[in-house]
Amino acid sequence: MARVLLRVPVSVEKGAVIEMRALIQHVMETGYRPNAEGVLQPRDIIWTFTCRYDGEAVFQAIFSPAIAANPFIAFTTIATQSGPISFTWEGDNGFAQTETRHISVT
Amino acid sequence: MKITRRVFLAAPGALLMPAATRADQQRLAAALRDFTGGQPMREGRVRLDVSPLVENGNAVPISVVVETPMTVTDHVRRIGVFNERNPQPQVISAQFGPRSGRAYLATHIRLATSQALVAVAEMNDGSFWSQRVEVVVTLAACIEG
Repeated sequence: MARVLLRVPVSVEKGAVIEMRALIQHVMETGYRPNAEGVLQPRDIIWTFTCRYDGEAVFQAIFSPAIAANPFIAFTTIATQSGPISFTWEGDNGFAQTETRHISVT
Repeated sequence: MKITRRVFLAAPGALLMPAATRADQQRLAAALRDFTGGQPMREGRVRLDVSPLVENGNAVPISVVVETPMTVTDHVRRIGVFNERNPQPQVISAQFGPRSGRAYLATHIRLATSQALVAVAEMNDGSFWSQRVEVVVTLAACIEG
């Protein structure tokens, strides 16, 4: 499992706009770079990122080889109710990882 | 154009920023057309924040903010970021809705060389807004080895 850094508020007021930040450890190999032998290194990219709030997708992004290694993404959402917030990354070579945090809305 | 002393002295500066080739420009235009479906793009409402002088092209922080109340009747549907001179013109595209609260996105990107970046936002009324920013990169990202 790749290391993940998440910044999600633990407890917020209902209706507040919250910023979330997510970073995952990943090489994001572009497929355009030769290695020491001059052979192109195979592409290995995370293509999609999805944030689900209580099961509903509230943010989706499509990445590309132009996204830096260890992709970082920041975005906002409205705190509607207490529940799980999950972050899913999917990419080449069957890469898939989901992390979940719980938010309590008062 | 009349060559004034000021223009003459500024000329070597222009050499530091190699002009994008016609192929680069066409590729960027094609990627933008894919995103907008051929609809016209207007300048404004979108703010693409990136340092104009980038030391390391391997991880360049960028952020995009669109002026909108993000209500059900007036919100951003999608934001796309494109480049002119990386091997591929796409950088990132993301979907938004009234639940987003703000039309805001930040990430770290790679830049192969000095070039232009374009951020485009699609509103729920079907209009497209954009901003173009020129960036000078001193250390290029290892995108092509």
